[in-house]
Amino acid sequence: MPSKLAISYAHVTKSFGALRAVDDVSLDIAEGEFLAVVGGSGSGKTTLLRVANRLIEADGGTITVEGEDVQNIDPVALRRRIGYVFQSGGLFPHLSVADNIGITPRLLGAPAAEITARVDELIELMQLDRASHRDRLPEALSGGQRQRVGVARALAAKPRILLMDEPFGALDPLTRDALGEDFRELHRKLGLTTVMITHDMTEAILLADRIAVMRGGKLLAQGPPAELSASSDAYVLELLRTPRRQVERLNALLPQNGAA
Amino acid sequence: MMADPRWGEALSHLPDYLGNHVRVSLAALALGLVVSLPLAILTRNRPAPRGILLAFASIVQTVPGLALLALFYPLLLLAASVTLNWFGVSFSAFGFLPAMLALALYSMLPVLRNGITGLNGIDPALIEAAKGVGMTARQSLVMVELPLALPVIMAGIRTAAVWVIGTATLSTPIGQTSLGNYIFAGLQTQNWVFVLFGCFASALLALAVDQLLGLIENGLRHRNRLRAGLGAFGIAALVLATLVPTMGRSSQSYLVGAKTFAEQYVLSALLRDRLQAAGLPATARSGLGSSVVFEALKAGDIDLYVDYSGTLWANQLHRTDIKPRAELVAELKTALARDNITLLGELGFENAYALVMPKKRADALGIHTIADLAAHTSTMSVAGDYEFFSRPEWAALQKAYGLQFNAQRQMQPDFMYAAIASGEVDVIAGYTSDGLIAKYDLVALDDPKQAIPPYDAILLLAPKRAADERLKTALGPLLGKIDITTMREANLRASGNDANSSPDVVAKWLWEKVGGR
Repeated sequence: MPSKLAISYAHVTKSFGALRAVDDVSLDIAEGEFLAVVGGSGSGKTTLLRVANRLIEADGGTITVEGEDVQNIDPVALRRRIGYVFQSGGLFPHLSVADNIGITPRLLGAPAAEITARVDELIELMQLDRASHRDRLPEALSGGQRQRVGVARALAAKPRILLMDEPFGALDPLTRDALGEDFRELHRKLGLTTVMITHDMTEAILLADRIAVMRGGKLLAQGPPAELSASSDAYVLELLRTPRRQVERLNALLPQNGAA
Repeated sequence: MMADPRWGEALSHLPDYLGNHVRVSLAALALGLVVSLPLAILTRNRPAPRGILLAFASIVQTVPGLALLALFYPLLLLAASVTLNWFGVSFSAFGFLPAMLALALYSMLPVLRNGITGLNGIDPALIEAAKGVGMTARQSLVMVELPLALPVIMAGIRTAAVWVIGTATLSTPIGQTSLGNYIFAGLQTQNWVFVLFGCFASALLALAVDQLLGLIENGLRHRNRLRAGLGAFGIAALVLATLVPTMGRSSQSYLVGAKTFAEQYVLSALLRDRLQAAGLPATARSGLGSSVVFEALKAGDIDLYVDYSGTLWANQLHRTDIKPRAELVAELKTALARDNITLLGELGFENAYALVMPKKRADALGIHTIADLAAHTSTMSVAGDYEFFSRPEWAALQKAYGLQFNAQRQMQPDFMYAAIASGEVDVIAGYTSDGLIAKYDLVALDDPKQAIPPYDAILLLAPKRAADERLKTALGPLLGKIDITTMREANLRASGNDANSSPDVVAKWLWEKVGGR
């Protein structure tokens, strides 16, 4: 059973000065799973994500990736093995779209022809336009396109695990919805294990297999959305009810079939 | 205006001056970059050493360029003597090395400051992203941080280049030929053509380099290989074009030194012409600081120059007693011989301090000597240059003759002569070989008690030329031939601002006068 785990946290803690950003968190993420981590700002969700690929070093506890203690893996090698999508894309402004996407394979020493082929494949996969986007600088792209490039870059070295830090947070609602759907499909097709941070409960419910709720550095609850809605914790229940309450208010304000 | 032959003369020096200017600027900038950029990179995340470094660079910047350059000469002389004593090897502390080191130090501040600012100004999210995609710290620096900081770093390099090229004009007094040679010579001999030429040439050079570096920066920023390539090609072409003409020249050439005033420019041109006429390749290295030139001769960095007996008596032998002319020169010759310096002989004239007054007034009052003057000084005022009244000569004069002027004033030497011509002062402490004495119809009073030490113009040869008979033969015809009247007229000619006032032209005139004697 443990070999089937992509990531496992056991009693992990991380403090910044007096602040306990992650406080004794234990959490298993199975291979192929899509986990959403939700919580307010300052709840410790980003720290939880970053200790997994050692962008931040945990103070205590054990983290294993595919059965291996991350402390025994060289951090640079670890990061090349795990895809990471940054909040606002994190694209290098002085590199073209193609060079951004191909960066990790290049760091791994892949031959140029192989990198070119992989970049073209990912541009196709992320539904970007090869002719008009490939050699542009990131500044020439829209926010949604940039985030697609960010995902493509994270996938370039064919990782089995993908960490995403609010990947769709800064996008307009239509783009966000389309990108979320597309990504869910990609996750399935590539057989990825995905951990996605979001503060949007609707997004978490619609995309994820399982949701982990963080508050004040603690893991408050975890489970499939349906299970969580039966939680005894008031904060968790409040979070899960929010989308439905919003829909009810929307229904009251808009004609039932008006938009259609 | 272009018909003025001084333009042609200025142009003929250009390959030498410009080539040397570019060479020292380039070396200084390269050294400055090689030191500053790694320091900026190393300290970018370390506030304490970064602060110390920036403070140091700022302090260096507040030292006037001329002083910084002048400081490096004695510093390197000391270092050279240390390495000679300890390791048996020495190096030349003259010219290129001190100029390059001082200029390199000068170039550090803009490169350091912009380097640190540029590297610290990068969005931390991008450095995080570099780490996140799997870059090592070094890869992050090379692939992300340096390229992103490049525009700011290049702006610093451009500033440094302009500063170095401008300040390099001040390296003339420590023996590094540069475009400053035009400016120093022009200011001393009132040759405004040279001053203008030097200013324009260095400004044009700085502008050209700045624009070419800008082109490279622009090309790198926009990933435009053509622009970056054109800029780099332009810099390379500029460097080659200025350096090639000065390469392959004989380094066996005799170097004639000269201090920073008109008489010295004329005499060095005369000496150079005499050597060339004797078939010995020679170059004048003029505009050297007064203390630099003697050390340079001692170290063999220059081969010969003209100094004054009283100057060496006081500054090198540290003597305060006064001896008659011939005796002083003889004793000086023996003393210098201990350092293997050859005192070849006197040129014939003195450039001493002298009390000077209008000829008509002196005649009317029956004043021929300083002793005659003493009876009148209680109603007279005296003017001197900035150092005269604190020199031992003045104390000796007052004591020997009992001089009691009712007022004494300090002024710029040029103004001193105008002041006495207009009657604003009665007596001035002038220089015996000064051309203005004749121009304003003044007379230098005799010093029967010999209170003022003699300042005979003497020819000195470097230790390595002690046995150079061809050199001595070539210079022989000048010894004892230049009398005070001729030198005054030569100096007067050199102080003009016209085509015939350049040191080269005056030197030729001087030779025509004394060559046949």
